[in-house]
Formats: sequence, structure tokens, C-alpha cells
Amino acid sequence: MEMPAFTALKKNLRKDMSAFPACRIAVLGDCATQHIAAALGGWGYEAGLRYEILDTDYDQIDAQTMDPGSELYAFHPDYVILVNCTQRLYAAFCACPAGQRDRFADTMRDRLEAVWQRIGEGCGARLLQLNFPAWDDRVFGDFGGKIPESFPFQLRKLNYLLSESCAAHKNVFCVDIDGLQSRLGEDRVLDAKMYCIAKMPFRTDFLPYLAKQITDTVLAASGSFKKCVVLDLDNTLWGGVIGDDGMDGIQIGELGLGHAFSAFQQWLKELQNRGILLCVCSKNNEDTAKEPFLRHPEMVLRLEDISVFVANWEDKASNIRRIQSILNIGMDSMVFLDDNPFEREAVRSLIPDITVPELPENPEEYVDCLRSLNLFETASFSEEDRIRTRQYQAEARRASLQSRCADYDAYLEGLEMVAQAKPFDTFHFPRIAQLTQRSNQFNLRTVRYTEEEIAAIAGSDRYLTLYFTLKDKFGDHGLISAVILEKREDRLFVDTWLMSCRVLKRGMEEFIVNKILSTAAAAGYTVVEGEYRKTAKNAMVARIYEKLGFTAADDTHFIARTDSFAPNPTHIKEE
Amino acid sequence: MNNNEIYERLNSIFQDVFDDSSLTVNPDTTAADIEDWDSLTHITLVGAVEEEFRMKFSMKEVVEMKNVGEMAQIVAARRKR
Repeated sequence: MEMPAFTALKKNLRKDMSAFPACRIAVLGDCATQHIAAALGGWGYEAGLRYEILDTDYDQIDAQTMDPGSELYAFHPDYVILVNCTQRLYAAFCACPAGQRDRFADTMRDRLEAVWQRIGEGCGARLLQLNFPAWDDRVFGDFGGKIPESFPFQLRKLNYLLSESCAAHKNVFCVDIDGLQSRLGEDRVLDAKMYCIAKMPFRTDFLPYLAKQITDTVLAASGSFKKCVVLDLDNTLWGGVIGDDGMDGIQIGELGLGHAFSAFQQWLKELQNRGILLCVCSKNNEDTAKEPFLRHPEMVLRLEDISVFVANWEDKASNIRRIQSILNIGMDSMVFLDDNPFEREAVRSLIPDITVPELPENPEEYVDCLRSLNLFETASFSEEDRIRTRQYQAEARRASLQSRCADYDAYLEGLEMVAQAKPFDTFHFPRIAQLTQRSNQFNLRTVRYTEEEIAAIAGSDRYLTLYFTLKDKFGDHGLISAVILEKREDRLFVDTWLMSCRVLKRGMEEFIVNKILSTAAAAGYTVVEGEYRKTAKNAMVARIYEKLGFTAADDTHFIARTDSFAPNPTHIKEE
Repeated sequence: MNNNEIYERLNSIFQDVFDDSSLTVNPDTTAADIEDWDSLTHITLVGAVEEEFRMKFSMKEVVEMKNVGEMAQIVAARRKR
């Protein structure tokens, strides 16, 4: 991928970023971090993020995190980046007595965790911990891999332990600089003189890559990430043209150039397994296009892996819009892959928000090209991700029932919907946190929470919490809505109400509001207050409180009273 | 090796790094002549020159270079493009 130069990023700092969402980020390091902070600020312009950066002085990690009155805590960062460099790690290793070196990684891990702990107590920021780019002193040669007392052994172990610790600390994200270095090569990352002269652990021309990697995680944790890949078929998923070459003629599997396409499909299948929706958009007759998915013995992807399958002779931009409206996700969360540069350009110009990577000409390079773009960074993973494709397919069947019903009420009645409403429980923390991060459209206040924060809210008596599930005769939507009610002196305040757009206009909104009011009444509250906080994406819920029986106190605040509230009609039964 | 070409390219790097399109450098230009030329910017400058000419300075050179002329001499001797 073509990266802007560090000097170009520095120039970005002077550009107008006032239209971008703000993000307060503090950089703490055991090395010089000024250039890292500058690169990050400049990358913000490339990524559409306005970083407000606190760059603390050299080697201030302990000082800034131990002092409750420090600049760090006064800054109220959204994110704290911890830059611990391999050079300092090696110095610490060299100072470590021989008898303790086999435990060096564990000791360092404990030290880093102590820093996380302090920051966690000092402020609510999320942490981005850089891991350690591998550096082998070759003191033992390759044999060092068998020697727990060697530096490379301990460094690898430490990176592993960091991953393990990050898994246990939901607020901490590991930025994999070691992985980045292994893709680029050590020579493109390190320059010994930069560390000697300026205590800079990286080359300046590496900094744009570093800034991108950090920003990818920041964006994902802030709710901006890809959910769907729309695929062309001929010469993208297989070699050749199915309409001309037929089932025996297309290249897939062991035959000829087929292996490259199989490898690509395998990679897409892995994306699908982790919850990325795969859709097809192809200029073909539908039956012809579906045939390989149904009958070709060497296809990796099958029809059940595809959420929405569109094959016709209309233009691709219109078809992509159709797919988007069925899935009900933002265009900016979609990626379009097509081998044909003309199709790519046409889609790009008609749908500016969709991501359309330039695929290389050679199919064997598709995977490496897409890997290098890191399009699928995420900040969460839950059980629901695995079954998402099936849910969207059920959605397509519901659409077909709806087209057969005389009116919408009859359709809703025919769905036989059943909902659950329960307080947050441990099992559902990951999914609830994920929803707070993912939901942009049906989200009244767009407060993002990590799993840890959700756990804290669930355990606090300042809050009442409700999650909602919905199922119908076609399938189970799973957990599709979360509500956090804050107990204020004279009223219950709706801190969070979000809902998956999959279940929009089924009567779920009505069901939820009824439940909020009955929960309030049961807890002894007469007044419930809701707030609408406008974002670029949540206009659809601007008037929802009024529509469902609240009274506007002003443009953004709405009140309902439990003693005069008439429940909204809904076809959903509570389980 | 064309010295003029090296100076032209160095000049545009300096303009870039110091974000000043009116800047021109000559062999005698030193850090004292350019207001923002501090130790931090020096590192940025060295990195940008290395990237442009696909070459590396030694630590000693980075620390001891006295003016743009010395920088250009090293570039002329070592550049790969």
C-alpha cells in the first residue's frame, strides 16, 4: 500500500479538520515520542479523525500514571497509547541478573499490567499497548529459541503474554507492531542512529505505518469498522467467465490457475466465520451465477455462506444499494471487490462512502493485497458474530413473507414474535459492549462502552439495565437491544438505548418503551427522561420518543410519566 | 552526478520539512539560518533526505554535519537515486 511520507503527515497538522469527529489521545513512552505524536496527528487527517494529542515528555510513564494530579489525568484522554520500545526492553534484560532471566517476560508483563491498572483507576481511557517488534541479539544464534535465558526467547514470550493479558483486560488493545515489522521487514522499521541520537525507536519513514496501525484500532474501538464484503464473481472468485466457459471451464481448485482463487475463497470464508457478511453482486443470469456455488465440487464458498446474492444485468451501484438496504448497514461499513477496474471506478464514483480497494491484476496477489490494507480491524468478537450470516438469510425469507401478506399488521402477526427482557448478565457482557460500539443508526446517545464498563454498570446500584432478545418463526435474532437506565434523584434517565436495525419496525421499539416504563414504575419512579444526542448517523431516532408516548421538554429531551403512560400496541409477546 | 540536481531536490525537501515554500538553501546554509531547525526537525530532515536519495547517514555525520554543503557532499557520494 502506498503510504504518505512523514513530512506530508506533518503538513496535514495544519489542515482544517474541524469537520472530523474529535478524539483525545495521550501518548506515553519510555522513548522519544514527539515524532510518533506528529505522525498520528497527521494520519488523523487521512483517516477522518481529529486527534487532540497530549504528548508527554520522555520516559514519563511512571510519573504520569502514579500522580493523580498529572497532565495525563487532567487531559481526560479517550485513549492512552503506551509506547514501550524494544531498545529499552533489551537494556532492562541486560541489567537482569542471570538467575532471573528465565522469568524476565513475566516480570515485564507484571510491570506493564501495573501501569494499565493505574491508568484504569486514574481515568476511564482505553489503552493501546504497543507490543515489541522482534529483535534478536543473535547471542545464542538460532539455539536461543531453545534457551529461556536468551533475549529473543523472552521477547517472544512477552509478546505472547501481552496478548494473553489484553484478552483479560477488555479495555486494553494490543497494537501489533511486531506483526507490522514482520510484514515490512526490520530494515524498514529500525535505524540504530535514530535511537542513539534522539532516543527514537523507529525510522521516520516507518511512522506513517505506525500511525495507521494505531488509528485502525482507534477507529474500530470507536465504532467504525467493516461489516460486509460485496463480491464480483467472474475472474474475482473464480478464473474465467461462468456464462461462457461453463462449470467445467472456470478455474477453481487444483486445476490450472484455480489454486489462487481457492486460496482467496478460503480467506473470505475465514472472514465470514468471524462475522463479516459476504454478498454477491454479479452481472450474470442468476441461475448461471449460482450453479458453481451449488454444484462445483471445488468451490470453497457455498450458497449458505452468502447473505445476499444479486445476479442480474443492472448496474452494480444500484445492486449494491439494494444489498445495503436489505442488510440495513452503513455504506461506509461495506467493501466492494471486483477485478474489473471500470466497475470499481463506476462504483467508487457513484457510492463515495463504500471502500473499493484496487485489486492487483494477478489473482494470486489478492489476499496479500487485502491483508496489507488491514480493512477488517475490529475491537470485539462475540458468539453472535459466528451466526450472523444465517440471521441475514432468515431476513431475506421474512422479506418474501412480507411480499405475500395483504398488510403489514398481518405480516407482523404472522411472524409469531417472542421477546425477552432481562437485566445484563455476565454471559452477555461481550455482546452488549459490542452493540454499544457497533450501533450507529438506532442509538439515542451513542455512548460507547467496553466490556469492563458494561460489567461495572451491571454491578452498580446506580443503574437499571435491560437487554432484549427477539425471535420469530424464521429464526432467532439473538440479543438485539440494550437499555441502560440511570437512577437520578427524581427520575430515571435513559443513558443508553440502542437497537440493531435488523429488527426495525417490527414493534420492538414499542415493546422496549413499554418495558422501560413498567421497569420504572416497578422501581418506584414516576418520571422517565430520554435524551436524543445527534450524530452524523442517528437521525432516524430523532423523534422516536415522541412517537412512542413521551412529551418533548425541549428539542432533545423527552419525558414520560408512568402514572399516565398508555402502553404502545405491539405484536410481540414477552417470554 | 549533477550537483545542481541534488541541491534542487534538497531544496524541496527543506521546503517540505520546514513548511516554507520560499526557503532556498545553499552550501553555506546552517541551522542558525533557519528558525525552526532544532534537533527534532533535524531528525525529520535526515529521515526525509535518506528516503529521497535511498541512502543512510552515519550517526557521526548526523551529529557533525555543519552545513547544507556537507550534507550535499555525503548525498552525492552515497545516493542510490
